Amino acid sequence: MLIEVGHFALALALALSVVQAVMPVWAARSGDQALRAVATPAALGTFACILFSFGALTYAHATSDFSVQNVVENSHTAKPFLYKLSGVWGNHEGSMLLWVLILALFGALVAVARESVPPTLRANTLAVQGLITFVFVLFIITTSNPFARVSPAPPEGNDLNPLLQDFGLAIHPPLLYVGYVGFSITFAFAIAALIDGRIDAVWARAVRPWTLTAWSFLTLGIAMGSYWAYYELGWGGWWFWDPVENASLMPWLAGTALLHSTVVMEKRDALKVWTVLLAILTFSLSLLGTFIVRSGVLTSVHSFATDPTRGIFILAILILFIGGSLTLFAWRAPMLRQGGLFAPISREGALVMNNLFLAAACATVFVGTLYPLLLEMLTAEKISVGPPFFNYTFIPLAIPLLLIVPFGQTLAWKRGDVHAAAQRLFAALAFALVVGLATLAYTWGGPMMAPVGIGLGAYLVIGSVLEIVSRARGYGASRTRKAGVVWRRAIGLPRSAWGTALAHAGVGVVVLGIAAQGWATEGLKTLKPGESLASGPYVATLDRVGPRMGENYSETTAFLTIRNTAGDMIGTVETGKRFYPSRKMTVTESGLLTLGVSQVYASLGEVMPEGSIGLRLYYKPLVLLIWLGAVVMALGGAVSLTDRRMRVGAPAKARTRPVPAGMAAAE
Amino acid sequence: MSRAPRLALALLLAFASISGALVPLGGAWAVQPDEVLKDAGLEARAREISAGLRCLVCQNQSIDDSDAPLARDLRVIVRERLQAGDTDPQVESYVVGRYGEYVLLRPVFAAHTLLLWLTPLAAIGLGIVGLWRLSRRRTAPAEQGLSAADEAEIAALTRRD
Repeated sequence: MLIEVGHFALALALALSVVQAVMPVWAARSGDQALRAVATPAALGTFACILFSFGALTYAHATSDFSVQNVVENSHTAKPFLYKLSGVWGNHEGSMLLWVLILALFGALVAVARESVPPTLRANTLAVQGLITFVFVLFIITTSNPFARVSPAPPEGNDLNPLLQDFGLAIHPPLLYVGYVGFSITFAFAIAALIDGRIDAVWARAVRPWTLTAWSFLTLGIAMGSYWAYYELGWGGWWFWDPVENASLMPWLAGTALLHSTVVMEKRDALKVWTVLLAILTFSLSLLGTFIVRSGVLTSVHSFATDPTRGIFILAILILFIGGSLTLFAWRAPMLRQGGLFAPISREGALVMNNLFLAAACATVFVGTLYPLLLEMLTAEKISVGPPFFNYTFIPLAIPLLLIVPFGQTLAWKRGDVHAAAQRLFAALAFALVVGLATLAYTWGGPMMAPVGIGLGAYLVIGSVLEIVSRARGYGASRTRKAGVVWRRAIGLPRSAWGTALAHAGVGVVVLGIAAQGWATEGLKTLKPGESLASGPYVATLDRVGPRMGENYSETTAFLTIRNTAGDMIGTVETGKRFYPSRKMTVTESGLLTLGVSQVYASLGEVMPEGSIGLRLYYKPLVLLIWLGAVVMALGGAVSLTDRRMRVGAPAKARTRPVPAGMAAAE
Repeated sequence: MSRAPRLALALLLAFASISGALVPLGGAWAVQPDEVLKDAGLEARAREISAGLRCLVCQNQSIDDSDAPLARDLRVIVRERLQAGDTDPQVESYVVGRYGEYVLLRPVFAAHTLLLWLTPLAAIGLGIVGLWRLSRRRTAPAEQGLSAADEAEIAALTRRD
C-alpha cells in the first residue's frame, strides 16, 4: 500500500511541478501578484511529495519488500542494513529518484530563502526549477518507475552489486548529486535573469551561496568516488580519466570557473554575459554527465542500445535544456549591459585568467571524452582517447592556472601592481623553491617531476598562509608586526577571505599528494606462507591464508605482517577475495595500512590450491593528501558560506538594493 | 596515475541498474607474477608500453590493468617483442598492425585527430582573441567620457549616501 501511495505522491509532484513552472510565468504576463506567490507553496509541495515518495521506496528497501521489482533486483535479506539503505540509490530508478529529491530540495530552499533573493528573480528561478523537476519526474514515471510490483513476490532478492556494498559508495552518489543538482539553481537563476533581461551585482550575490554549496559537495563527491576507486578496485589508481569520471570533472571545472567569475561580477559588475553562459554550461555539463552515466553511450554503445527509451528520453531532455537555454542566451545576452572596467593586471584580471585556463581545461576534457564517439559516427574510424592524452593536455593547462592562484590573491582589485605583488609573494616563491630543491636533493636519482610538484604544492599552501598573514598585518599606515594585533585582525577577517585561503591551500595539498605518487612503488610476487615481498621501504610477510565469513559473503583472507627494512614490525594488513553467493561475484578487498598520510596497500591476487598466493604490494607516500586536500577545499567552501554576506536569509537590509560597483569594491 | 581504467565499468555499475551481468570484476588484478620478465629494464619498458595499450574486450582499461585473457595475450606479445630486441615504437606499431589504431590509448597525431589535439591551444587562443576584442570594445567608449544617463545615475547614487 505504502508503495502505491509513494507512486501516487510522485505523480502528485509531477502535477505540482507544472504549477510551479507555469504560474510565475503566467503571473508575469497578467501582473497578478497572488498568482506569482503560488510558486513558493508549489515548490514546497513538490518537495514534500517527492520526499514521501523517496521515503516509501526507502521503507521498501529497509524492510526487504520483495514484492517491489526494484527491491528484488537490488537487495537481499542478508545484506547489511546500511547497504539496504544505500541500495535505494545504488540502482538506476532509485538514483533518479534521489536526483529529483535533491532537485526539489533546492527548489524548496530557494522558495524559503526570502530575504536574499529579489521576488521577481525568485519567482522566475522557481519556474525554471519547476520545469526541470517536471521533466525529470516525467522521465522517472514513464521510463524508470521504481515502484513497479512483481507477482508472485520471490522469496529472496538478487542483492546489490558487491562493489557497491561499501561505505564510500554509499555516500558518493548523494554527495555528487547535491553537486550536480545544486548547479541547477545557478542555471535557473541564469535563465531567470535572461528572461528578465536584467542582471547585476545583486544577481551575482544571490547566486554565489548556491554555487558555493554545489561546488563544495561536488568536490567531496568526486573525492569520495576517487578514494573508493583507489581502495575498492584493487590497484591503487586514484584517477583514470574514464568518461564517467570526466562527466563529473567537467561540471566541476566549469563550476569552479563560475565561482570565480561571479566574484568579478559582484565586485565590478563585469563579465555578466560570460557568467551567465558559464552558469548555463555548468548545469548543461551536469546533465551531460547524467546522460553519459545513465545511457551508457560512451562506455559502450551496446549498453545504450539495450534500453534506448531511457537514453533517447535523456537525450531529449539534454536537447531541450541545453539547446533551449543556449538559444535564449543568444537572443537575450546582447541586451545585458556590460559594467565596470578593470586593468588587465588586477585581481579581476587574474580571475579572468583563471576562467580562461579552467574553460580551456574543461573544453579539453569535453572534446577528449566525446571525440572518439563523434569520429566513429562521422567516419567509422575507431580511436581511443585514454589517460596519456589527458595527461599530455590537461597538466600543461593546470600548471599555469595553479601558478597564478597565489598571485591573483595578492593583486589589488581593479588596478594591481605586479611589482608589489611579486615582492609580497617573494617569501612564498623562495620557500617553494627551497622545499622543491631540498626534496630533489633528498630523493636524488628518483623522478624529476615529483620534486617540482612538491614545490608547486608548497607554493600554493604557503601562498594562502601568507595571504591571511599579510591581510592581518594590514597595509600602509595600519601595518603592524605585533602578534596580538595580527591575531585579532586575522580572526576578524571576513569568513570569505578565510574560505578562499583554505580552498586554495586545499588545492596545494592535493598537488602535494599527486606529486608524491611519483615515488610510489609496486611489488609483485607469488608468496607461500612465511615468504616476503618488499615495496619501497616496507616488507610484507605472509603469515597465513584462511577462510572468513561475512554477513553475506565468504572470504579467503591473506594475513600479512608489515615490517620496515630494519625488520621492525609496523603493523598487520589483511587482504582478501570476497565471494558473494547471491550474485556469484568475487571482489578483491584491498588491505590498507595507514602511516600518517601515507599508505601501504596490499592486494590479493590468485590463490593457488597449494596455499600460495599472488600478492601486489604498493607503497603510496602521502597519498591521503589527495583526498584530504579535496576535503580542505570543500571546507573552504563551507567557511565562505558562513560569511555574513552569504547567509541565506540573513537580515541584510542594505544589501537588498543594487550595490553600485564602486561601493562594492570599497569593501 | 595511468593505471587501470576499470573504473568505467565499476562506476557504470555503481549508477546504472545493471544486474551484474557484465564482465566479472573479481580479479582486479592484471600482470601475473609468472609474466614478469627477469630483466628489470625490459619489464619496466613492457609495463610502460602496456599502460598505453587498450584492452580490446574491456571498457576503458589498459592491458596492464586488465585480467581478461586477451589482455594477457597482448602483454605476453609485448614482452616477446621486447625480448626479440624491438624498440618501444616497433612494439607499438607491431600491435597496431595487428589490432588497429584503436588499441592506442594515446591517439596518434594525424589529420583525423587534429581537432582533438589542438583543442587546448584553440581554446586558449579563442579566449585570448575574445578578451582582446572585449578590451578594445570597452576602452573605446570609455575615452569618450560618460553618457548623460550615466552622469544622472552617478548623481542619484551619490545623493543617496
